Amino acid sequence: MTLKHVFLAALATLAAVTLTAAGPGSGTITGKITYDGTPAKQKPIDMSKEPSCASQHPTPITTETVVTGPGNTLENVVVYISAGAPDEAAPSAPVNFDQKGCQYVPHMLAFQTNQELKISNDDQTSHNIHPLAKINQEWNKSQPPGTPPIIAKYDKAEMIHVKCNIHPWMSGTFAVLKNSHYSVSDKDGNFKLPNLPPGKYTITAWHEPDQEMTQDVEISGSETKTVSFVFKLKPY
Amino acid sequence: MRKINISKLFVVIAILLATPLLGSAQDESHIGKVTGNEGRGRQFYFRYCWGCHGFRGNGDGENAPYLNILPRNFVAASFKCRSTPTGTLPTDEDLFNSIRRGFVNTNMPSWITLTDQNRADLIAFIKSFSPRWKTEKAGTPINVPAETPLTVQSIQHGQQLFQKLECWKCHGQEGRGDGPSASTLTDSNDQPIRPYNFAAGSRFKCGTTNHDLYKIFMTGLDGTPMPSFADVIKPEEAWDLVHYLRTLQIRHNSPELALWLTTKEGAAIVSAQRVSGTPTGSGVNQ
Repeated sequence: MTLKHVFLAALATLAAVTLTAAGPGSGTITGKITYDGTPAKQKPIDMSKEPSCASQHPTPITTETVVTGPGNTLENVVVYISAGAPDEAAPSAPVNFDQKGCQYVPHMLAFQTNQELKISNDDQTSHNIHPLAKINQEWNKSQPPGTPPIIAKYDKAEMIHVKCNIHPWMSGTFAVLKNSHYSVSDKDGNFKLPNLPPGKYTITAWHEPDQEMTQDVEISGSETKTVSFVFKLKPY
Repeated sequence: MRKINISKLFVVIAILLATPLLGSAQDESHIGKVTGNEGRGRQFYFRYCWGCHGFRGNGDGENAPYLNILPRNFVAASFKCRSTPTGTLPTDEDLFNSIRRGFVNTNMPSWITLTDQNRADLIAFIKSFSPRWKTEKAGTPINVPAETPLTVQSIQHGQQLFQKLECWKCHGQEGRGDGPSASTLTDSNDQPIRPYNFAAGSRFKCGTTNHDLYKIFMTGLDGTPMPSFADVIKPEEAWDLVHYLRTLQIRHNSPELALWLTTKEGAAIVSAQRVSGTPTGSGVNQ
């Protein structure tokens, strides 16, 4: 019993030390996401059944399951700290998820557990927002044009595929994460995780539908470490 | 004498062994005054249900590959027919009604041969498959206000809502389940799924009454493409939509259809929907 108490006290002290040390640090992890192999060919989207959306796209658009840039860079990869950083309370600012031209903007949306998610419909047509959650509870709501935004929250970390059943080409991802240290790679494949206190971290890079890579990085003081991920892509 | 004593001893031992099992560790279900017991439900499950719903309750029973609407996966704990809002667990009573009613257009029969107690026991057991029942409470049933009077205006307003909310995108302009998006629909397991065809029958997936129909579109059918309209339809408008949807059931004699047929507009629409002649096209009026 006493041994257990001592152990618990030690644990509490450790936790307190970690918490006090977890203020905004000055370490930074940056890097580039690239790919190897052949990315799946993106298919053109036929929106002729939804003229109000089709007219918003003078040049035909394609699916976005793999978005690449010059120099084999890969967009829409969510990079986050999966181990080494404490869980954080959600920021008060909501994140926005828009339906515009029968597409999701952004295609990949990262946010924190219990953070407010604001879903808006900018189109002249009804959408149904159907996030196919497996760990969190799945729901499915209709949002006709001109109706107020849908406010939602997720309390467990999960990568959730989002779709609209009325417009089967609409596809997106909610990356629900436990802390604020995350980044989504831009069109040049770049990502940046600033304000890291010293420590050992496990960095995870995730690409839809379920490709994941991890690397361990140690930050000591105000340094900038460069980490790169190379995803192996298959055409099918 | 000696024989009787031994059998009595066995009974005593059996009761002693069973007592801890019947205690706190087991789940219960509550439907009205009936309390269901997990242990008894387990016996019924492995007699009647596991052939389709599977040994672990995940819907992969021996018969599952032969069914084209797959058996419910109790581990995922996502249920179509609820009185509770989308994204919440159903009440015990919702599950009880599903077992009693069965599911139209699927292989799930109506289990009217079981007693209320049997069904309550089954629900207590079914809830043991998902940890969700331990960590979450069932949702609060949505408020269904008293039905508004049936009038031609209410049917016409329902008809406008059907257009405005774009129900026809999946269900089709005549409610036959043949809208422009119908052929692309999949459920949450990526299985093809068809929207409800109002013209084909009178029963809905989650019941037969106007009250059931109200709940279907206000709660959504979780796990399917059918969303919840609770945030976008006012309660009185919802009854208008119910009245209109009934007129799409052209093979079901409802008060709504009868009233609709008395109007010139309604009669024209319904007669255009009714197929005249035989399926082979010989021109004989039905």
